[in-house]
Amino acid sequence: MGSYVPSTQEQRLEMLHAIGLKSFRDLYKDVPQSMYLDRPLDLPEGKSELEVSQAVQAMARKNKVYDTILRGAGAYDHYIPSIVKYIPAKEEFLTAYTPYQAEISQGVLQSIFEYQTEICELTGMDVSNASVYDGATAAAEACAMARDRKRRLTLISGAAHPDVINTIRTYAYGTNDEIKIIPVKDGKTDPDALKAMLTPEVSAVYVQQPNFFGLFEDAEAMAAPVHEAGALYILGCNPIALGIMKTPKDMGADIAVGEGQPLGLPIAFGGPYLGFMATTTKHMRKLPGRIVGETTDDAGNRAYVLSLQAREQHIRREKAGSNICSNEALCALTAGVYLAAMGPEGLKEVAESSMAKAHYLCRELTKLPGVKLRYDAPFFHEFLLDMPKADEILSALDKKNILGGLPFDGGILWCATEKVSKQTLDEVVAIVKGVLA
Amino acid sequence: MKLIFEKSVPGRRCAILPACDVEKVELPAELKRDAAPLLPEMSETDVSRHYTELNQHVHGVNCGFYPLGSCTMKYNPRIDEEMAALPGFTGIHPLAPQAAVEGCEEVIATARKYLCEITGMADMTFQPAAGAHGEFTGVLLIKQYHDSRNDTKRTKIIVPDSAHGTNPATAAMCGYQVVNIPSAPDGCVDLEALKSVLGDDTAGLMLTNPNTVGIFDENILEITRLVHEAGGLCYYDGANLNAVMGVVRPGDMGFDCVHLNLHKTFATPHGGGGPGAGAVGCKSFLAPFLPHSALMEEPGHIQVRGFRGNFLVVVRALAYLLTLGREGVPEAAQNAVLNANYLMHRIKGTFAPAFDRICMHEFVLDLSEYKKATGVSALDVAKSLIDYGMHPPTMYFPLIVHEALMLEPTETESKETLDWAADVFRALYELGYKDPAFMHAAPHNAQIGRPDEVKAARTPIVRYTKA
Repeated sequence: MGSYVPSTQEQRLEMLHAIGLKSFRDLYKDVPQSMYLDRPLDLPEGKSELEVSQAVQAMARKNKVYDTILRGAGAYDHYIPSIVKYIPAKEEFLTAYTPYQAEISQGVLQSIFEYQTEICELTGMDVSNASVYDGATAAAEACAMARDRKRRLTLISGAAHPDVINTIRTYAYGTNDEIKIIPVKDGKTDPDALKAMLTPEVSAVYVQQPNFFGLFEDAEAMAAPVHEAGALYILGCNPIALGIMKTPKDMGADIAVGEGQPLGLPIAFGGPYLGFMATTTKHMRKLPGRIVGETTDDAGNRAYVLSLQAREQHIRREKAGSNICSNEALCALTAGVYLAAMGPEGLKEVAESSMAKAHYLCRELTKLPGVKLRYDAPFFHEFLLDMPKADEILSALDKKNILGGLPFDGGILWCATEKVSKQTLDEVVAIVKGVLA
Repeated sequence: MKLIFEKSVPGRRCAILPACDVEKVELPAELKRDAAPLLPEMSETDVSRHYTELNQHVHGVNCGFYPLGSCTMKYNPRIDEEMAALPGFTGIHPLAPQAAVEGCEEVIATARKYLCEITGMADMTFQPAAGAHGEFTGVLLIKQYHDSRNDTKRTKIIVPDSAHGTNPATAAMCGYQVVNIPSAPDGCVDLEALKSVLGDDTAGLMLTNPNTVGIFDENILEITRLVHEAGGLCYYDGANLNAVMGVVRPGDMGFDCVHLNLHKTFATPHGGGGPGAGAVGCKSFLAPFLPHSALMEEPGHIQVRGFRGNFLVVVRALAYLLTLGREGVPEAAQNAVLNANYLMHRIKGTFAPAFDRICMHEFVLDLSEYKKATGVSALDVAKSLIDYGMHPPTMYFPLIVHEALMLEPTETESKETLDWAADVFRALYELGYKDPAFMHAAPHNAQIGRPDEVKAARTPIVRYTKA
């Protein structure tokens, strides 16, 4: 069996005797006999490393790894540069705890400070935290952060990701607060409906940009009415799109959040991902999570520390705005490496290329009989098509090791990234054409 | 160290992507960015060297002893990393069809089966992404349970004053009023204090056992019985499960739901502060209230995160569980407890244990007398340990012990390491009497001296700005 206990049997006995005990059972004298587990666990016997490797690889082989993925809906298959895989695997980054002890954690602290700067640059905001769990929790935390004693109602765009909506709903259920869904018109948040819903109880409005259907919202136009009503404006953004898109700050957002997975993290059946969260200086002290700040040490040298901790649960306990403790530091590091490897030009290329491929695919597919773009409006790298024989199309693609778009609301939500070549897209179109013929 | 932005050279870049082979599409003018983001412009050599330099200024479990109490800094096996990096897991889309993800489902089902057996629970979710997130999920199970019975008078969650700050913060996030109860002199739950606050407004109790001072509460069955009798539910904070896994089960102690920190107990790495995984287990009557993804599974349930959680962390924990197996799990717990008791025993005669009795996987030193005698604080001792290549213990926690240092050696440290650590503590104990000023100024050999935290909070600089 496998074990990571280094002490030999002889040493274990030696240590037991040193503390005046005879057996391991003596260590648990406080555990009442009635609940002491006096049977082996119903687990298989331990295995050697080789056997574990074989057993887990056998599980991985039961999954299907597609050559091409044309499905997004919150998990995006972008190319991950090789170096982005190697750096976060370095053992010190990997095995350190939260950097409470600044003197031996400058590497982690500086990497977070750099990450915070990059998120500020992407979003146009003044301050970013060190990350939260994922895009959905970032949205939920932002909505929680916006509430005060009088304003408790959150309005959420119906064109936001269903998991994000449900997560915000769950956090609001926790604090006994209300949420309302802003109706969708032609695939986008209905601005007139929003205006009618902006009552004095509204604390925040959450809109996703681009939205779940891939469409660019008229996000900037909604900022003014939200602010006039005294509410905060929260934009959930795709970080790749931010390589070319107007920043949430310039669109009038008070808080910018999003799913950081596209920044170098694998789709990995849903996680670990990365929630990014940034705001203006005005709201800095309400921002949840870790924040790294620059200071000096006792010799005047530049140093980084976990800062503004008076916001956090270990100081404020039940008065803290959030209970968050561990976040997604290694994923934030990964995003930092990704952004460094891509640079501003590389990020722009990923965004432009993903958008271009999606539009090419859309254009070619909608030439086929019976295929219609449901919402004809500017989109980023996702689009919803109404098409006949959807099941047959997806299964024909599946046979060619291509994961087609996501069946959703009677249509198919397609996504393309820079990874897929024109040649592959042409093959996809040919396969779909074959089914529809 | 220079910041990555200070190493950036305009126009420099890595060659990652081919030219786009389809026609470019213009973003509508009103949607375009005004200016490019200030991101580093670097060659791959620059990127590699920058992060390698940063990595050299991080103390990981692989670097040396890391007795950070309540954090279970055990060795993170490399095979677990290799398994989590398999393309058969990393390349799987969460919304791929069922037939394409059978391996992922098997990972989750197997991990769930083993962890339910270890905790004595009936069902489990892996959606929560960290320990505090698991607490939130667990208390939401309790809330939904009472709501489902229209039992709306239950507005209070009881939390011992020795609890981690996440417990009261979690109860508040779930809309509950927090009732703090004082601990008994031995650090355990004061039964009379508990009885005095129990009533028909009690929603539940949040407790960790062994508790935060490293003692197994021998009254645990009475505690959970009393809470149940009052109509409340019992939530087990799994932060300290490493002491008892395979030896005694939270379910058998009377708890209704638990969270586990896979990134502590089940050896997945902390990554400098996540990703973790806060699996939540529950008895069968709470299973209908577990969270699900609206898009991936079915709507109509609570949901605490997108999709189904930090899946690759579950892969690592499963590889660990397969390695240890039925004998290895209790063996790890027993040796964690043995190592803690042995280290406490070896330190005795210098720094005083806060509770001089058999401990579980961790113990607390109380330096208040020592500070009176020498002027040297727990902080000074912690910072002095850095010069010996040891990560300091948890400081000033739990709050019920003054000048606390909490040590958790874990089972993956050898007798030699523990003997060495005890010698270091003894040497520092003596140094405090001889040269307290030297310890006030520690660390002396770290990359930086003590940082000015007050300055950082008063004049916050939280991002780099180009000069």
